[in-house]
Parts: sequence; structure tokens; C-alpha cells
Amino acid sequence: MTGNSYYYRKLHSLLGVIPIGAFLVEHLITNYAAFNQGHGGFIEGVEWLNSLPLVFALELFGIWLPLLYHGVYGLYVAYTARNNVTNYGYFRNQMFMLQRVTGVLTLLFIAWHVFETRVQVALGNVTHEELGVRMHEIATQPWAFALYCIGIIAATFHFCNGMWSFLVSWGITIGPRAQRVSSYVWMVAFVVMAVMFILSLSAFLDPQFQDTSVLTKS
Amino acid sequence: MAEAVADKKNVRFIITRQDSADSPSYTEEFEVPYRPNMNVISALMEIQRTPVNANGKKTTPVCWESNCLEEVCGACSMVINGKPRQACSALVDHLEQPIRVAPMKTFPVVRDLVINRERMFSALKRVKAWIPIDGTYDLGPGPRMAETKRQWAYELSKCMTCGVCLESCPNVNDKTSFIGPAAISQVRLFNTHPTGEMNKDERLETLMEDGGIEGCGNSQNCVRSCPKGIPLTTSIAAINADTTKHLFKKWLSF
Ligand code: SF4
Ligand code: FES
Repeated sequence: MTGNSYYYRKLHSLLGVIPIGAFLVEHLITNYAAFNQGHGGFIEGVEWLNSLPLVFALELFGIWLPLLYHGVYGLYVAYTARNNVTNYGYFRNQMFMLQRVTGVLTLLFIAWHVFETRVQVALGNVTHEELGVRMHEIATQPWAFALYCIGIIAATFHFCNGMWSFLVSWGITIGPRAQRVSSYVWMVAFVVMAVMFILSLSAFLDPQFQDTSVLTKS
Repeated sequence: MAEAVADKKNVRFIITRQDSADSPSYTEEFEVPYRPNMNVISALMEIQRTPVNANGKKTTPVCWESNCLEEVCGACSMVINGKPRQACSALVDHLEQPIRVAPMKTFPVVRDLVINRERMFSALKRVKAWIPIDGTYDLGPGPRMAETKRQWAYELSKCMTCGVCLESCPNVNDKTSFIGPAAISQVRLFNTHPTGEMNKDERLETLMEDGGIEGCGNSQNCVRSCPKGIPLTTSIAAINADTTKHLFKKWLSF
């Protein structure tokens, strides 16, 4: 590697929170609309997002490029670790290992998920209004549902535990007590986010997502 | 634990050996007569006196390094029953048998249990872990250190460069150039000192280069392993804060 790895790693850390982490939270809010507002609410969220000005630039610079950088550099970071949990089974060391494992899982999951949704929209196979129907098709296949659950758990864990590390790496939580409190906070955040995402995913099982006719009615 | 020692007469050792720096490693077993209060070093001394392995075959004596014999020099660090620690303070009565002894392979192995900790000393040179007071004339006394600071800084000064924290760290390995926790904690120590503080930025800048503080992945094994109980992860996080501040200061002062 040429250049200064300090800046590479800092950029990797920053992009994981802004914009990627922020997008994950936004994504959760939009999807949760499927759970508490049904098909109409979900599509409203999708359309609001797509009505933002310069949406293509936002997607490119706000999601795709940061994701690509975080993913590729993250693979390098994961590759350079020599995990040793068998000898040092401490809590933080296990989190260290899981952070790397969930990072790889999340990358695979995102690639697949983006292919099934955003790429299909780009190819013209699906319209924005049909995304709820698309998700219904995916969620009703038991194997896809199971894989989505794994992907969701990996992604939310990676985000929450990553936030814990971010706060240490930027020197915000310094002492052992601050770091312990931060562990609890992010563990709760992980459970809440994972449950909310899985509820949203289950919401797509509902027959109201079978076609877009409910949208025209409302 | 003492009950677990079935045979009080003999202590069994499984030692990972290596004849030279680049020859393959192998294990050899030894039976050492038990003596009360013996430690791993005294067992190794016994093997040195009678270099016969557990099969009764004559062998070369096992090489190791030790010096102070009171856990302050760090020379006798090795992996004992899976954990890196000092052999001189590893009491046989407190260890599960057979006792497995191996070199700290994060460092180049010279022979048997002898390793080369050179990288730790060059790391200290790299971060300038000293206080420059030399001049062409008497500079007079420096500023005083506040007692409240001195108390926690003293804890950091207990580091004996033993290498245990580097051995336990998953990010200090052949694939990275990470400087390791010990040197980062020393930067905090010397940056805290009122005279050392005058060269604060230089030390921070060396940690903001390849192999610097970014190599830390927060596994926190170091703080769990340090025999001196040095708050390494607090030091790393504090230096994270200082390097972050330094980063923004540099950008804003363009
Ligand atoms: S910080 Fe602790 S474990 Fe690391 S070298 Fe110093 S004394 Fe050894
Ligand atoms: S001989 Fe000095 S620490 Fe063991």
C-alpha cells in the first residue's frame, strides 16, 4: 500500500458512520413504514427518497462510493488480523472477531440485496412502485427470508459494534467506564435495530404487498 | 490447584523448541523433579543441569533468557499454557500440568525460547520515548509535574518492554506493521511530562503514519494481558483523542 494508512483507516472509519451508518438508520425508518403503515406508507417513503434533488448524485456519493471504499478497505483490514479468540476468549476480542466476520457477511448480503432491488430498478425490470411487491416475492421464499435475517443481524451488529469502536478510535470514549457504558448502549441499539428490521421484513409477507392495486385505492 | 498436581515428584513440561532462527520448530517433553515453590525458570535450570528428555534420551539443554527474576525486566517472557507471561513469576504450583512452554512467536525466534524483541526498542526510538534535556548550557529546572498527574503517569512508567501485549494482539503480526500497544502508551507517558510535552506533536505525528495508531482494532487483549496492569486501552483511546485533535488542528491551520 502506498500513501499513509492512517488517513486510509480514518476515512474508512468515518465513512462507516457518515454516510453509511446514517443511511442504514434511514433505511430502517423507511422499511419500518411497511410494518406500521402498510404498503402505502412504504411506497410513500420510497417515493419521498426518490424525490430528493440530485438523487443520483446522492446515491453515488452518499451510498455507492462510500460503501465500495468501506467494503474493500474493510476486507483488507479483516485480512490483516490474526484472530486468536481460542487463546484469548475475552469479550472484546470476540467482538473484534465478530466485527470482521459480520463485515464480510454484510458485504455479501448488501451485494445480493442491491442486485435484487436497486439493480433491477436500474435495469427497468422493476419500478419504484413495485418494490413492495418485489420484497413480498423475496420474503415469501423461506430460504431467502432466512438469509435476509442473517444479513440483517450481521449488518446491524456490524453497525452497532462499529459505532462502539468508532467512539474509541476518535477518542470520544476514553476510560474503561465510558467504554463499558458505550458497550451497553450499542448492545441495546443492536437488538432494537435488528428486531425492527426483522419486523419490517415480516411485514412484507402480508398479502397486501402482492400487487400495487392498494396504492391506487388510497 | 495444588490438588490437580497428581504426581508431586515430577513435573511434566512440553516445550516448543527450535534449533536456530530458521529451522522448523518441534516439541520435546521433559520430566522435572518437583521442588516446593519452583517456577518455570527453576525448572528450565533443572533441564539445563540434566538435559535428558521424558523418554530418557540425552538432548541439548533448552535455551531461554532471564535476568531480574522478579518480573521487572521482561526478558523471560514466553507463552506458558497458552498465555504470554514472565517465566520467573510463573509458579509451577499455580499451573495446570503438563505445562506447555513456547516462545512468543510474534517476535523472531532466535533459539528455543529466546526471542528477539528488537522491534519494541526501535518502536521506542521511533516515537522518541524520552525527554530531551540536552543543551549547550544549563537549561535550569523544568516545569514541575502535578502530583495528580504523576500518580497515573507512574503506572505507565512501569512498562518493562516485555512484549506480552504485542504477543496477545491480533493486529500485531506478519501481515501488518502495527507498532503495538506498549509504544503508544509510552507516547502518552512522555507527552504527559511537562518537559516531554514540548515535543508532543512529533510523537503524535509518528503515530499518524503507516504502522501507527490506526493499527489498533480494539480487541483489548493487551490490557487483559499486561503483567504490570498498565491501562493500555485507556492510553490508546487518549492518544486517539490527541491524534484526532492534532489532525484537525493541522487541517485548519493550512
Ligand atoms: S505494556 Fe505491559 S505487556 Fe506491554 S510491554 Fe509493557 S509491561 Fe509488557
Ligand atoms: S527475569 Fe526479569 S521479568 Fe523474568
